Amino acid sequence: MLNVSINSQLGSLDMQLEFAVPSRGVTAIFGRSGAGKSTLINYIAGIISPNNAHITLQDKVLTDTANQELVPVERRKIGYVFQDARLFPHYTVEGNLNYGRPSDKNDDEQYHYIVNLLALKGLLQRYPTHLSGGEKQRVAIGRALLSQPELLLMDEPLASLDTPRKQELIPYLNRLAKEINIPILYVSHSLEEVIQLADQMLLLDKGKILQAGSVESVWSSSEMSPWLQGDSRSSLFKATLSHHHETYAMSCVQISDAHQLWVRHLNTPLGAQLRFRVRANEVSLVKQKPDYSSIRNILPVTVKRVIPADEESMEVELNVGDVTLWSHITRWAADDLNLAQGDNLFAQIKGVSVTHNDWSDR
Amino acid sequence: MLSEYEWAALQLSLKVSISAIIICLPVAIFFAWLLARKQFIGKSLLDGIVHLPLVLPPVVTGYLLLVTFGRQGLIGKPLAELTGFTFAFSWEGAALAAAVVALPLMVRAIRLSLEAVDTKLEVAARTLGAGPIKVFLTITLPLTLPGLLTALLLGFARSLGEFGATITFVSNIPEITQTLPLAMYAFLETPGAEEQAARLCIIAIIVALSSLLVSEWIARRMRKKLGLLPC
Repeated sequence: MLNVSINSQLGSLDMQLEFAVPSRGVTAIFGRSGAGKSTLINYIAGIISPNNAHITLQDKVLTDTANQELVPVERRKIGYVFQDARLFPHYTVEGNLNYGRPSDKNDDEQYHYIVNLLALKGLLQRYPTHLSGGEKQRVAIGRALLSQPELLLMDEPLASLDTPRKQELIPYLNRLAKEINIPILYVSHSLEEVIQLADQMLLLDKGKILQAGSVESVWSSSEMSPWLQGDSRSSLFKATLSHHHETYAMSCVQISDAHQLWVRHLNTPLGAQLRFRVRANEVSLVKQKPDYSSIRNILPVTVKRVIPADEESMEVELNVGDVTLWSHITRWAADDLNLAQGDNLFAQIKGVSVTHNDWSDR
Repeated sequence: MLSEYEWAALQLSLKVSISAIIICLPVAIFFAWLLARKQFIGKSLLDGIVHLPLVLPPVVTGYLLLVTFGRQGLIGKPLAELTGFTFAFSWEGAALAAAVVALPLMVRAIRLSLEAVDTKLEVAARTLGAGPIKVFLTITLPLTLPGLLTALLLGFARSLGEFGATITFVSNIPEITQTLPLAMYAFLETPGAEEQAARLCIIAIIVALSSLLVSEWIARRMRKKLGLLPC
């Protein structure tokens, strides 16, 4: 458990926040550049000193300005993966990995586990100049984990990579998040990364927390709206895999007791909780349930509100049980259907994507 | 091949220069680190004092050494009374003179290279549990190696060529303080010894050139080791 309470001014950034992070899982710190994301984790790592703060990790005080306590960086047991990898150029990959290991090297088992997890075996004798960006980040992650940290901080580890390298690294991060027993704070300004990797989320703006909680709950909060306008408007929810189709390669997931969705076949055990995303552009509305339709997922919904999106389109917020769905429709359609709050309609959902699954694929 | 006289001068020159740069190195690293990394009151003044031997006429440096470390000097006198050791008219005095004039060049080279070390790497090392001393020894210093090498070469060359401060401080005594340049000067003062002077000149060129080649070779190996050149 990490507990953070900060009230500190650094340059033009006035940070005032308080939060706790559970002992496991990935917590994303999300916000625009300049929101104070990196500053926040540098305060936690002890790289910069806040004016006024109280930070504890597993009940050990790291920073307590009221009592003049400030544990130095090297004694905090906090692993840090920097955006720019920061491998030591004069050490081989092996030397980099060994740098933070205990001097008696009594962590053989963990060493082999991490070398395997991050596929570092073939790189051990190389110098960092001969590694690709993705390989460097893998080494940096391995190096941080081998220092036996009690908390792992990652500062936009994918931001400096091109898209193929990002896609290459994400599965490693996903496995890591599932298998490592320490909390991970993951700084990012990419929503894609957040929904693929994080369980919890802090929405940060100008040094303050706008919203915190599970990714799904922050996603559906009004504070997230600025990031989810237009084409990226979508809803995020958890659902449980209940059964597979007998004939077709489709799986059925329960979004609530009364509602279910058909999605492409999932290779996860029954009962697994998965995160799904439905884009507003893939949801259309009908007044009456069609008898014959190519669309498999047609759910009864209630209109919660209708907001103008731009000159020709409207965004409609819908409720299916506890789950919020968004539909993006034209003004013409909105006028024809004569939409009003509380109307009961049917939503036809064309596409559902799996973004995150709690089940490890080992 | 070499006459006994030439051999003595060459040996003394090497002994004086090598001792000078070895003594100077830790001092130069300390001042370079202080000037590159720390902010303190009087930093410009310290910077000026360290660089003084570079801009002062060597004779003035020699004179200052004489009044400080000579037999009657401010430090020389109590030092001689306490330990019986004196820099005056000894090869150690020549080494001290060489070290003082080499210091600013060495500090400059090391400082430049320290400033080029990415402090972000040091922060990364600290997050891996390394304390300040381990960080300095395993990250900062190894990454400064090319600068240290340049400093040693520059210091060595400057020490080898030292003349003014040495002759003022410890005089020109064969086999004790008479290094190559001083021996050459002695020959030039003697009518009809042009040939001996020319021989010393060739020796000086050979020593200087070989030290350049050796340092170039070490530098290449080092860059390879640091992963800056393809292996």
